[in-house]
Amino acid sequence: MKRVRIRVFRYNPAHDSSARYDEFEVEAERWTTVLDALLYIKAHRDHSIALRYSCRMASCGSCGMMINGIPRLACYTKVYELESDVITCRPLANFPIIRDLAADFGAFFAKHKSMKPYIINDSVDSIDGKEFIQKPEEVDKYLQFSYCIKCGLCYAACPTVATDKRFPGPQALAQMYRYLIDSRDAATDERLKVVDDRHGVWRCHFAGSCSMVCPKGVDPALGIQLLRAYLLGMNRGSKVVAELYSNKK
Amino acid sequence: MKENREGIKGWLNPTRYGANRFAYWLQRLTGLGLLAYFIAHIVETSNIVYGKSAWEKMLAFTQTTEGHIILMVVIGMCAFHAANGVRLYIAEHGKGVGRPGRPEYPYRPTSLGLGMRACIWVSVALAALAMMYGAYVLFGEA
Repeated sequence: MKRVRIRVFRYNPAHDSSARYDEFEVEAERWTTVLDALLYIKAHRDHSIALRYSCRMASCGSCGMMINGIPRLACYTKVYELESDVITCRPLANFPIIRDLAADFGAFFAKHKSMKPYIINDSVDSIDGKEFIQKPEEVDKYLQFSYCIKCGLCYAACPTVATDKRFPGPQALAQMYRYLIDSRDAATDERLKVVDDRHGVWRCHFAGSCSMVCPKGVDPALGIQLLRAYLLGMNRGSKVVAELYSNKK
Repeated sequence: MKENREGIKGWLNPTRYGANRFAYWLQRLTGLGLLAYFIAHIVETSNIVYGKSAWEKMLAFTQTTEGHIILMVVIGMCAFHAANGVRLYIAEHGKGVGRPGRPEYPYRPTSLGLGMRACIWVSVALAALAMMYGAYVLFGEA
């Protein structure tokens, strides 16, 4: 067990003219996560701290925050692994602050929605009793990107998002590739038009920070490079739109 | 709501996110350095409009130790920017970044794998070699 000092960013736009840090000392076991420490502080020291969390097991993506300067999930980060006696918690960078550690995901989700994150295929309307057949290797092309939990860590780490408000960000672009390369999707040209823009996929400079911080192994930088390669005509032949298969006898 | 965007200061720290972020930072820095050199070069060569003596005075500066050091740094910036630029060109054509798979814990992004990291360090080594060769030529003359 060790004692650590937790510095919590405090800012309420409704009342405060500037931000400050409140400091709390807590005792941490080897298994104590940063979220455990923050919830202990909230329960026993200062109940007014605002933070977002839900599943406590890196599945919901709610508790993303800057922990010692790097975007991480608080529930997925143990106090011991930080190897520091001082832990500074800030709201995720590049997200507007609602209050304290709670960030506003409105713009982030709007960018995600602009990528049309769903299968577009006219055949789907006549799917009655039929199904798309996909080979395992066709599933492998997009499965990794479908593990995204929309926690926003990649968006907070991206240096392009930091300076370009119109850049969709790594999460949205990786999702675009996820649906583009899915053999059930037939809207290839429609999708490419959305990202083939100077504030779109070409704005990425492959800093790789998004993939470094992703807690689910999605590797958004890989998706973005493959999306660009697709636009450049490098792997266009690799996608054949699947046909509906009837299993009715 | 407070905007909280990192802005340009988000670019300044190259140590937070591994080798690719370091290469990103160095690519920006060398790009800006080469732009500054390009502008200085135009200013330098335009000195000829002020006559022969002004031109020779400027040319003499390039033969000093400070001038040699500046040229060495320019050579290094050129070499890194070009070599790393080729790496980025190859990556955006989907080569050398790996293929999507089924991630297993502990997650290791294939796009930041050994191949890409090796290319970054080869770019740095090429820049160092080019600078050393530049120093050998420039200071060898003196």
